[in-house]
Amino acid sequence: MWNRVVVRLLSGIGLVLAVVTVAFVLLQLAPGDPARFWVGPAATQDDLDAARRALGLDRPLLARYLTWLADFVRGDWGTSLARHRPVREVLGAALPATVILTGASLLVTYLGGIIVGLLQAVKRARPLDTALTVATTVVYGLPAYWVALLLVLVFAYGAARLGWPAWLQFPAMGVQSLDVDFLSPGARLLDRLEHLVLPLATLGALGIAGTARFVRGAAVDVLDLDFVRAARARGIAGRRVLLRHVLRNALLPVITLLGLALPALFSGTVFVEVIFAWPGMGRELVAAVAARDYPVVLAATAVFGALVIIGNLLADLLYAAADPRLRETQR
Amino acid sequence: MTARLLRDPRVAAGVAIIGALALLAFLAPWLAPFDPLDQAELLRSRLLPPLAAGPEGAPRWLGTDQLGRDVLSRLLHGARVSLAVGALAALLSAAIGTALGALAAAGGRRLDRVVMAATDAALALPRLVLLLALVALFQPSAVLIVLVLGATGWMPVARLARAEMQGVMARPYAAAARAAGVGPLRLLLRHVLPNALTPVLVATALAVGNAITLEAGLAFLGLGIPAPAPSWGNMIATGRDALVQAPWLATLPGLAVAVAVVGCNLLADGLRDQLDPRTAR
Repeated sequence: MWNRVVVRLLSGIGLVLAVVTVAFVLLQLAPGDPARFWVGPAATQDDLDAARRALGLDRPLLARYLTWLADFVRGDWGTSLARHRPVREVLGAALPATVILTGASLLVTYLGGIIVGLLQAVKRARPLDTALTVATTVVYGLPAYWVALLLVLVFAYGAARLGWPAWLQFPAMGVQSLDVDFLSPGARLLDRLEHLVLPLATLGALGIAGTARFVRGAAVDVLDLDFVRAARARGIAGRRVLLRHVLRNALLPVITLLGLALPALFSGTVFVEVIFAWPGMGRELVAAVAARDYPVVLAATAVFGALVIIGNLLADLLYAAADPRLRETQR
Repeated sequence: MTARLLRDPRVAAGVAIIGALALLAFLAPWLAPFDPLDQAELLRSRLLPPLAAGPEGAPRWLGTDQLGRDVLSRLLHGARVSLAVGALAALLSAAIGTALGALAAAGGRRLDRVVMAATDAALALPRLVLLLALVALFQPSAVLIVLVLGATGWMPVARLARAEMQGVMARPYAAAARAAGVGPLRLLLRHVLPNALTPVLVATALAVGNAITLEAGLAFLGLGIPAPAPSWGNMIATGRDALVQAPWLATLPGLAVAVAVVGCNLLADGLRDQLDPRTAR
C-alpha cells in the first residue's frame, strides 16, 4: 500500500513540474512584454532595458527556464507584476479562504449527495426517485455563476426588500462584516458562518446534485448483488443491511469520485469567489488574468493543480483504508 | 433506431430543447424584433422592465438593458454565439479525444501508457483555471475561445474512446479482418472506429453543454468574446451590475444557458442508457 502512495506522490510531483513547464512555454508564446507592463506606458527605452535586465528577460531561454524551475521548487514564485509584492505572499494570503470554502463544500456535497443518492436507490423507480432524478439532473446543469446570482438576488437583496425574517437574510459580500472587530468572539464566529451560507449553498447545491447522481448508480448496483439478498435472507433488518452492507460497498466508488469532483469544485469556486467577493485564490486568479499578471496566474494554476493532486492522494489513502482487499494484495 | 431512441423521454426532451434553441439561433436575424446593438433613444428606453412599451410604442417583451438595447433580440443573437462556440468546441474536443484514444488503443503498450498518463494529468487541472491561464496569455476572440475550450475538453472523450476501441479490437470480427490482411490503419478507420462511436457521441453531447457553460462563464468574467457582440455570458455580466434594479437582465440569459446545458445533459444521459444495454435500468 505504501508503494502505491509513494508512486502517486512522485507522479503528483511530476505533474506539478509538468504544469510549471507548460506554463513557462505558454508564457514565452504570449504576446505583450511584461517589462513594458512593469514600467508603464510613459517609460523611456532606458527604463525598459533596465526593467528587462531586472526581470531577467535578457538571458537565454534555457537559462531562464532552469532558473524559473529552480526558483519555483524553492518556493520563490517571483513578484506580482500588478501588486509589486511576492507572489507567494499574494497567494498565501488567499489560500485559507479557498481551503475553508472548498473544504466546507466537500463536506456538504458528500453528506448531502450520499443521503439523496441512497434515498433514491432505496426508492428506486418510485415517484420520489423520479422527482429527485429530475431535480438533480436540472440542478447539475445549472451554471454556478447563475445560481450564485439568483441566491444573492433572493436571499440578500430580495429578503431585505421584502422584509423577510433576519434568519432568512444573508450577506452577499466577503468573509465577515465591516464591524467585526467590535463583536464578541461568539458573535464573530456567527458572523463568519453567516457569510459562508450563500457561497456554500451555491457550491453545495451543484455538488450534491452531481454526487447524488453517482451515488444512486453505485448503490443500485450494490443492491442487486447476491450478498445483499443473502443478508436480507438471514433476516437482518432493512436499515442495518443498508448501512452495514450496501453503504459500505457503494461508498468505495464514491471515494474515487473525489479525484474528478475536486477539479469541478475548484472551477465553481472561481465564480463563487468572484461573485461573493470571497478573498480566495480564484478571485486572485481572475484579477491577475485581467491585469495580465503572469507570475500570479501561473503560480495560482500550479497551486490549484497541487491541491487537486493532494486531494487525489487523500482519496487513494481513504480508498485503501476502506477496502481491505487492497491492503491484502498490495502489501 | 432513431425512433427507438426518441422513445426515451430524456432523448426526446434533449433533442427538442436543443433543436428549438438551434432554430431560434438560426432564425435570430428574422425573429429578433430589434437590432441587438441598437441603443434607440437611450434615455427613454434604458432599463425598461419586461412587457413595457418602448419609446416607439412597440412592446419590449423581455425589457431593455442599461444601454436601452432590447433583451429579447440580444438573447436571440447571443444564442448564435453560445451554441456555435459550444458545438465547435465540443467537435474539436471529440476529434482530439478520438484521435488520442485511437492512438492509445492501437499504438501498442508504451504509447498507451504515455497517452493515458497525459490524459490523467490534464484531467487533474481544474478546467476553468486552465482556461483562465490560456485566455490570459492571448487576446480574447471567438476563434481563441473555441480553440482553448476544445483543447481543454478532450480528456473524457479520449478515455471513453480508448476503452471502447480496446473492447472492439478484442472482438472476433476485428481478428477476422486482421487475418484477412487488413492493415492497421484501415482496420482502425473502417472497422474499429465506426463500432466505437457510441461513447464518443455521448461524451460529445456532454461536452457541448460544458462548453456552453464555460463560454458564458468566461464572458461573465469579462474574458470572452469581446463586447458589444451579444453573448449570453456578457449579458449576465452586464446584468449583474443592475441586479437589484433590473433582475431580468442577469436571470434571463442565465436561464438560457441553463436550459441549453440541461438539454445537452438529458440527451447524453438518455443516449448512454439507450445505446449501452449494460447501464440500462
